Amino acid sequence: MFGWEFPPFNSGGLGTACYGITKSLSEKGVEIDFVLPRSYKFSENFLNIISDKLPKIKIKEISSPLVSYATSQNYRRRVFLLKKSGINNIYCDNLIQEVYRYSLLAREIAKDTCCDLIHVHDWMTFPAGIEAQKILNKPLLSHVHSTETDRSGGHGTNPEVFGIEKEGIKKSDGVIAVSNFTKDKIVKNYNAAENKVDVIYNAIDKNEFSSDSNCENHFNFHGKKIVLFLGRITLHKGPDYFLDVAKKVLEKNKDVIFIVSGSGDMDQQIIEQAADLGIADKVLFTGFLRGEQLRKIYKMANLYVMPSVAEPFGITPLESLASKTPVLISKQSGISEILNHCLKVDFWDINEMANKILAVLENEELEECLVDNGFAEIDRFNWNNVAEKIISIYERLIWRKKYM
Amino acid sequence: MPSICFYFQVHQPFRIKKYSVFDVGQDHNYFDDQNLNEKGSRAVMEKIAKKCYLPTNQVLLDLIHRHPEFKISYSFSGVALEQMEKYAPEVLKSFQRLVKTGNVEILDETYYHSLSFFYSDEEFIEQIKLHRKKIKELFDYEPKIFRNTELAYNNELAALVEELGYDGILAEGWEHYLGYRSPNFVYRPKGTNKIKLLLKNYKLSDDIAFRFSNQGWEEYPLNVPKFCQWVNSINGNGHTVNLFMDYETFGEHQWEDTGIFNFLKFLPEEILKHPDNNFKTPSELVDLYEPVGELDIHNILTWADMERDLSAWTGNSMQKSALKKVYELEEDVLNSDNEQLIDDWRKMQTSDHFYYMCTKWFNDGDVHKYFSPYESPYEAFISFMNVLNDFRFRLESEISRA
Repeated sequence: MFGWEFPPFNSGGLGTACYGITKSLSEKGVEIDFVLPRSYKFSENFLNIISDKLPKIKIKEISSPLVSYATSQNYRRRVFLLKKSGINNIYCDNLIQEVYRYSLLAREIAKDTCCDLIHVHDWMTFPAGIEAQKILNKPLLSHVHSTETDRSGGHGTNPEVFGIEKEGIKKSDGVIAVSNFTKDKIVKNYNAAENKVDVIYNAIDKNEFSSDSNCENHFNFHGKKIVLFLGRITLHKGPDYFLDVAKKVLEKNKDVIFIVSGSGDMDQQIIEQAADLGIADKVLFTGFLRGEQLRKIYKMANLYVMPSVAEPFGITPLESLASKTPVLISKQSGISEILNHCLKVDFWDINEMANKILAVLENEELEECLVDNGFAEIDRFNWNNVAEKIISIYERLIWRKKYM
Repeated sequence: MPSICFYFQVHQPFRIKKYSVFDVGQDHNYFDDQNLNEKGSRAVMEKIAKKCYLPTNQVLLDLIHRHPEFKISYSFSGVALEQMEKYAPEVLKSFQRLVKTGNVEILDETYYHSLSFFYSDEEFIEQIKLHRKKIKELFDYEPKIFRNTELAYNNELAALVEELGYDGILAEGWEHYLGYRSPNFVYRPKGTNKIKLLLKNYKLSDDIAFRFSNQGWEEYPLNVPKFCQWVNSINGNGHTVNLFMDYETFGEHQWEDTGIFNFLKFLPEEILKHPDNNFKTPSELVDLYEPVGELDIHNILTWADMERDLSAWTGNSMQKSALKKVYELEEDVLNSDNEQLIDDWRKMQTSDHFYYMCTKWFNDGDVHKYFSPYESPYEAFISFMNVLNDFRFRLESEISRA
């Protein structure tokens, strides 16, 4: 399996998903050689943590500064910083080149590996998967957590990335999409045959969030309610819509604090937008949170809002519900296909979003029903079920490669 | 000699439109339903008129002409009749034709199809008066039998309804209260002297209303001879088989292509083949039979779901809060003497609004979702509470003006 970072070293949902999938697959007896890129930055105890958590997984590393959610721009900065600190000179200056360099190293790893199937996660590992497929002659399964058309928010799609995705999907023997929302894109934009793509929704480790960490809610003590945005601050997550709706809500109800949690390429722009809207005193920025702080912020909030413009799945609403905080999610998300006990809205419908936020803040019964039912509903989303579905796809692809 | 007693419920609510917090203070037409599109009240009434009311009325009218001994009864909610007047006058006319035959009995209920009995006796009685008035006006008819919204029933209700002068009342024939006793007799409610209780034979009723087209049912397909055999088997062990159901069973819940209309068409002839069988209306049964025993129904019994309670209307905290907040306004609304305010407030009491907020089956997205005009129970609650807020502002300004 070619994958990505694991928590606690992740920067988003992809790492969480890779971890959940790998862990539950190994618990069901699947032996996994997990290949991941690693630059100097990871501390040495990373491997110890991983091998504690995932004893049956063999970790194989490739030295590379690739990280999930890399863009050409932030990759260049990363390499520049690495070189400046005199760490390493072997990395390519350009993201796409590095992805191909990575795939050639993957090929070397494949030569010493014996496996029944190659499972890759998202575009940066697709070329590596294709190289491994050539060496090993085993079925290739690509797992699509997001597509370039989602990440770019539909604007300025990177043609090289799009090309890599298209090639990967074409060469794959099977494709897993994290929602029908994503499957539709794979079929329409990447010309995949419909029956080649299976939908498997992501899941959540409920206990990780529902453990009772006692957190004080300072704002509520002063009669203030909290509305939370949590995610990368980037176009497709819709942070700008979050601020527009904050302005709308504050016109009706002054006692609300809006928290923006996360970081990304729009940090500066969003802070400026809050100032321009004249609501800077009602919007707090926490930066990127993890671990105990992440669990706390979910619990502090009265409502979690995910206003994504395009969200292939959206694992954060599940985390929020596990923390017993109700959720309002955009209909342009994979999770909205299957989650019932939540509020849903089109990301562009600022009035309706404000209507629903105000309803939750002003009617405790609504908050209570959303939480009680939502908390119960997320039991359906467990990694165990995901692993079972993945294994049945493994079996099908392996069988087909052997006999057809 | 079992008699067959048909009672059909005819009800449609004035649905509350999608109403945002930004409409509060701006828009006071809560029931103008253009933004609900095909799920709005006008569209639903027009659709059901075509699929159910008009064709079923025609079948029944023909049956009455063919079999003068065939009889049926209806309960119309006031809000359904109001919608027929507004949106489908031809439906009202065809009901009037049916009533004129003399083979049709009309029952009383609350005009607004509300749960007012459980919140305010005065309001409950007032809504019955309004209903009587409407029935008198449209059908020139005075009902003698009462049935409550969703057949919600208990001892206290029976006692109050007796006090109001009714001869009979209807309830669900649920074995939980009946024990070994059969629903096919007339009973006396505990704590009453005169009024008689008729019980729904829910097995036979639901065979038609719910199971008729269910291919997974072991008795599928249900045909007329089979059903009549079940009825005849009661002979000697009951006076009446009470078949109570929503009128929308015919053509709407069970579509025409299931054969439901043919079933109805040929049922009376087959029933009447047996010389001991006949058709009776509720008031005829009440006149004909003495109670065989007393029934003590202390908790609220309804005809809904497996639980036979009000949990689909009052089960979660949104529903409880919405109901409480509506009835809290009673005194101020009535004191306002403003007809529009009073009517809007009463339309907000229609039980369907609270049913749409029910979360207990929302996981499965089953039948209950099909009938809701909203995307989720939460949306139903949000629109309702926004409307209620606007209503409160109107009420306050009316009070301060006066």
